[in-house]
Amino acid sequence: MVKARSTHRLAVNLAGLKLKTPVTTASGTFGFGLEFTDFLDLHKLGAVTVKGTTLLPRAGNKGQRAVETPSGMLNCVGLENPGVEYFLQETLPKLAKYKVPVIVNIAGASPEEYGELAGKLDVPGVAAVEINISCPNVKEGGIAFGTNPRAAAAVVRQVKDHTSKVVITKLSPNVTSITELALAVEAAGTDVISLINTLIGMKIDIEHQRPLLGNITGGLSGPAVRPVAVRMCYEVAQQVKVPLIGMGGIMNAADALEFFLAGANAVAVGTGNFVDPTLAVSICDGILEYMDRHKVQQVQDLVGLALPGGKRR
Amino acid sequence: MTKFLCTAKVVGQYMLNATTKQIDLIVPEIARTAVPGQFVNVQVSRHTAPLLRRPLGVAAVNREDGTISLMYRILGEATRILADACSGDTLSVVGPLGHGFDLTAKKPLLIGGGLGLAPLYYLAAALAKQKPAVLMGGRIADDLFWQDIYQDYCPEQYLTTDDGSLGTQGTVMALLPELLTKGYDCAYVCGPVPMMKAVAAACAAAKVPCQVSLERYMACGLGACLSCSCGGVGKRLKVCTDGPVFWAQEVAEW
Repeated sequence: MVKARSTHRLAVNLAGLKLKTPVTTASGTFGFGLEFTDFLDLHKLGAVTVKGTTLLPRAGNKGQRAVETPSGMLNCVGLENPGVEYFLQETLPKLAKYKVPVIVNIAGASPEEYGELAGKLDVPGVAAVEINISCPNVKEGGIAFGTNPRAAAAVVRQVKDHTSKVVITKLSPNVTSITELALAVEAAGTDVISLINTLIGMKIDIEHQRPLLGNITGGLSGPAVRPVAVRMCYEVAQQVKVPLIGMGGIMNAADALEFFLAGANAVAVGTGNFVDPTLAVSICDGILEYMDRHKVQQVQDLVGLALPGGKRR
Repeated sequence: MTKFLCTAKVVGQYMLNATTKQIDLIVPEIARTAVPGQFVNVQVSRHTAPLLRRPLGVAAVNREDGTISLMYRILGEATRILADACSGDTLSVVGPLGHGFDLTAKKPLLIGGGLGLAPLYYLAAALAKQKPAVLMGGRIADDLFWQDIYQDYCPEQYLTTDDGSLGTQGTVMALLPELLTKGYDCAYVCGPVPMMKAVAAACAAAKVPCQVSLERYMACGLGACLSCSCGGVGKRLKVCTDGPVFWAQEVAEW
């Protein structure tokens, strides 16, 4: 049972982005949120992070787009989305009814395109934009910016120049040093960092003797990636000052708590939404139960307890 | 239509042939509202592997008892686990999902291959008054165990097997062109993609309206993950929420 004071105890302020609970949804795993209203009250989420949005509609990749792997899944959807104009005209007004902060994930082919998107989304009803420089499934943009600190910083600067909203930058794990990228986007002015996006992987269809996914490779998500995500969160939390949103294979409260203790101020549920469409809300019960058991008043008091010195820098 | 996340109780499992089983579940919310062509997403394990739910077409419904029946082939780890579920066990089920068949046909022809005959079985029950005919194709005679199951609703049956061990030798296309001259006013198709594509083309040529039930790998079944998206005419289609049943002419990318 969620306790009466739960809202207060779970509240988090991410550089001005105020959330009732420290749990949001990972972009691409929750549609636009409206797909889940039969299962949970969107109002009870910390925030809804919607599907990656581009300037123009995208059809996404051909061929098989997903496959299950041991304790995880690969996907190569390729940022299929109806485009930012459709989102602004059709989707955002519907989301407004639910009174939940909306974070819009954006992807472009150039720093200028990211800036233009951020400008278009600098409207009432959008609480924050999340810069997607980590999608492994598109040819232009996406991960090309996420693996090069200078390119990543250029995108962040463009977005910051075009929006008054909180800017979140989502990092890719497909790099040698994620802290290098984290420091670069922090220096460029990002307000918040979210991590991690998916790990690039592939699956071979042994009967047809060829790659199974239409895009050859795909992004690995689910519990299989969680140890990698927790490690990266732990590393980045020791290097940057901006708040972190941790994600990667969270399936229950215990998984989420690992991220808080590794330095995340908030978490996102991703692949877990597919298995339990109520998870992003129900997980809060377990977090509160843990807080009671450990006599912790505020969820933010948990942040970074497992870091050297027991706190964020 | 409201979707439910339910705890379903297993009340029986039966072998239909060497590799196909039927599982009956008590899940009144879904039994009350599911229509032919819809599916449910079943969590076979509470562990992280297999991780994702498995989509299965509703094959039969008993509204009074609050039960639904699913039919599935034991193919991989998830269906092997499902096959071990015993009466009294519980499974998490999400549904009913997707859109079902248009039921306005006066003289329906059902065309199925493999497990495509499972969702068509619920359709046959719903259309029983119209005495639907069924054309079923299989590789070998054992694949067509369906003929007994369908007998109550579809006394008029046409059978084909690839090896000729039962019915006419060949695919359903060996019999379809002639059947399409007999005045059927709608063809309902579910089976392998090459079959559905060929049937849709034949129906278009014969000017017989045709509905197809598509199957695509899907992760969520709710329209969120876009794993099952396919090309429609002038727009993208989500097999899970826009379908799985479409009019054949709506589908541009099979």
